[in-house]
Amino acid sequence: MPTTNNRTPRANLSLHFPKSRFTMTSYRTKMLKHRFVICNAFALRHVLCLLLMLVLGLPCFAQDWIRTGTGLGVQKVRIAVPDFKTSSSDPKNADLLKTFNDTLWNDLDNAGIFDLASKSFYPMQAPGQPTEVNFNAWSSAPVSALMLVFGNLGVNGNNVAVQGWLYDLKNISSPQILGKQYQDTASSDAVRLIAHKFANEIIYRLGGGVQGIAETKIYFVSTRTGKKEIWGMDYDGANQHQITHLGTTSLSPRISPDNSRIAFSSLGKTGWDIRMFSLDLDRPVTFQHYAGTNLSPAWSPDGTKIAFSSSRGGDPDIYVADASAGGDARRITISPGPDVSPVWNPKTGTQIAFVSGRTGLPQVYTMEADGTNTQRLTDQGYAVSPAWSPNGQFLAFAWIRKYGPGEPGSSDIYLMDVVSKQWVQLTHDGGRNDFPSWSPDSRHIIFQSNRSGGLQLWTMLADGTKQTQLTNSGTNTQPNWSWK
Amino acid sequence: MKQGSKKWIMVVFALSAIMTLGACKKKVAPPPPPPPPPPAAPTASLSVNPNTIQKGQSTTLTWETSNATDVNIDGIGAVKPSGSQQVTPEDSTTYHLMAKGAGGSQEATARVTVTAPPPPTPQPTASEQELFAQNVKDIYFDYDKYDVRADQSAALQADAQFLAQHQNITFVIEGHCDERGSTEYNLALGDNRANAVKNALVQAGVNASRIKTISYGKEKPFCSESNEQCWQQNRRGHFVYGQ
Repeated sequence: MPTTNNRTPRANLSLHFPKSRFTMTSYRTKMLKHRFVICNAFALRHVLCLLLMLVLGLPCFAQDWIRTGTGLGVQKVRIAVPDFKTSSSDPKNADLLKTFNDTLWNDLDNAGIFDLASKSFYPMQAPGQPTEVNFNAWSSAPVSALMLVFGNLGVNGNNVAVQGWLYDLKNISSPQILGKQYQDTASSDAVRLIAHKFANEIIYRLGGGVQGIAETKIYFVSTRTGKKEIWGMDYDGANQHQITHLGTTSLSPRISPDNSRIAFSSLGKTGWDIRMFSLDLDRPVTFQHYAGTNLSPAWSPDGTKIAFSSSRGGDPDIYVADASAGGDARRITISPGPDVSPVWNPKTGTQIAFVSGRTGLPQVYTMEADGTNTQRLTDQGYAVSPAWSPNGQFLAFAWIRKYGPGEPGSSDIYLMDVVSKQWVQLTHDGGRNDFPSWSPDSRHIIFQSNRSGGLQLWTMLADGTKQTQLTNSGTNTQPNWSWK
Repeated sequence: MKQGSKKWIMVVFALSAIMTLGACKKKVAPPPPPPPPPPAAPTASLSVNPNTIQKGQSTTLTWETSNATDVNIDGIGAVKPSGSQQVTPEDSTTYHLMAKGAGGSQEATARVTVTAPPPPTPQPTASEQELFAQNVKDIYFDYDKYDVRADQSAALQADAQFLAQHQNITFVIEGHCDERGSTEYNLALGDNRANAVKNALVQAGVNASRIKTISYGKEKPFCSESNEQCWQQNRRGHFVYGQ
């Protein structure tokens, strides 16, 4: 599998903020608005972004807040995805075909890099085979697609077979970008997995060589059993299932980089312990017990270390221990007051962001992984729950920027460029939004919000668009997106 | 032979009758001597102390008699004319003493009531636990703060004083926070609060080995409404007896 080309990571977010575009606005809140554009980094990304700033600048001023987009600077690829056709007459076809079509559409829609042409524009005859493709019907208005995804699905006895193609409609002589065949047992789980795999192939081909996330998992805390237990689900909210059965309060699940273990914090007889659950063995495994309150474990990107908050020395500080069984814990912060919620820079493994109340209200800091060179990133308010983007460039975190009497005090998700400390607000819809976590492609963020009533999990693109609720049952909090 | 024996018996009978009659006549003759004093009637008393016991306990039977030669207590047997004895009756019992002497007999009774054992003997610490709950006051905090504020120092001193007077009490200080903070930060803050209370008590002379701390952050609120009065209830160091 080719790795991402780091030199031109086309889909990586980059934050631009031309100083000439700082401006005072007088709309509604009369607050200082920083202007940002997040755009896909290209060879010419700076120039393109600046041009777009100039072109789009005026209309943007009329908005109360600035909509930023992963797509700015790069045209989203317009793509048509007609429903796959059946290739057999088995009665199980209908259900599995619907599962497949829904999952594939949803994956491509979620990816954030496509403009999916509406199905209502599609020609009556959808192709199920390459010979059935009418190029003109799909590339001309109103579909106006550049790319076409099509194929067929058929159940034969206990097996299901799927054929799928990705066609470049502008290249009629040699249109095929992708042609894949899949076989598995005829179950809805298997069909959903096939759809995820095929979607990932398409996203990888058209998304600048960044792996798709359709097979990634999300771990979280749910109260569905009456106790806070660790749960897991597919990235799109399917297949929600309970993982721990400890009957106490378990919090802060963090999946290991290799998807084999979940570190979390759990209330034991004497206090909060870091616990470890093996997904391979489907049971808890040993992790050293430390005195005091032990919270918020975080994996180093190589999977060998766990950073966590411990008050074993009398004050909550950040410690780093061996991930294998929790031994050899070394303290790396020493200031009085709460130090909690560490997260490693997943790109370099040499820095840790964390939250500290050393000056009063909690703020987000960074430091080297040995505890040196501490830098404060947030300048005011109540800032918690930092999450480092997989490309190492951004911290997402929850911020009550204007905290104080008479202030609305809503907690929103923000993004900060770690080097420049420039930030942008991603949620604006009120309620309390907290615990952001990045998808491995750095394009998506999952977080918890109570905007729909109780606390539930939501996803959005990393520019704040496409906010979508994933959970409904019980209270669901502290999501953690798998590393791959 | 048989005829001979009968004759002998008849002769002996006749002779003894004559002698007896003769003697009687002689006795009547002297002036009546003062009649010998009739033997004094015996007296007896029996008591039990205590007269109410719990099953399994023992009590003391004490008795006194006079003019008795033969003293019996049912269930125990012959006893000395006066004495005492420990008994451990299974059930309520009426002890019955019979004193017999030349002058007659006398009875005495005493009853001991045996009660069922009380439900598991109350822990001697139960009252201590109540005292702890009545006297040891929780310590309240300001928003996002973990220093013991001035208006709490009186409560803290009173707590320290009570704990100095009850040296054998061990206890837990729970750190709690209101719902507004974030989950992980609140748990760390609650730890700081519990330890702030602990440290203040240690400074006031309470042995640190008696104190355990735990943080509940906002996981176990006392009050679930979203207003300052309720939030203040949830920002505290809460004392729990024992453990």
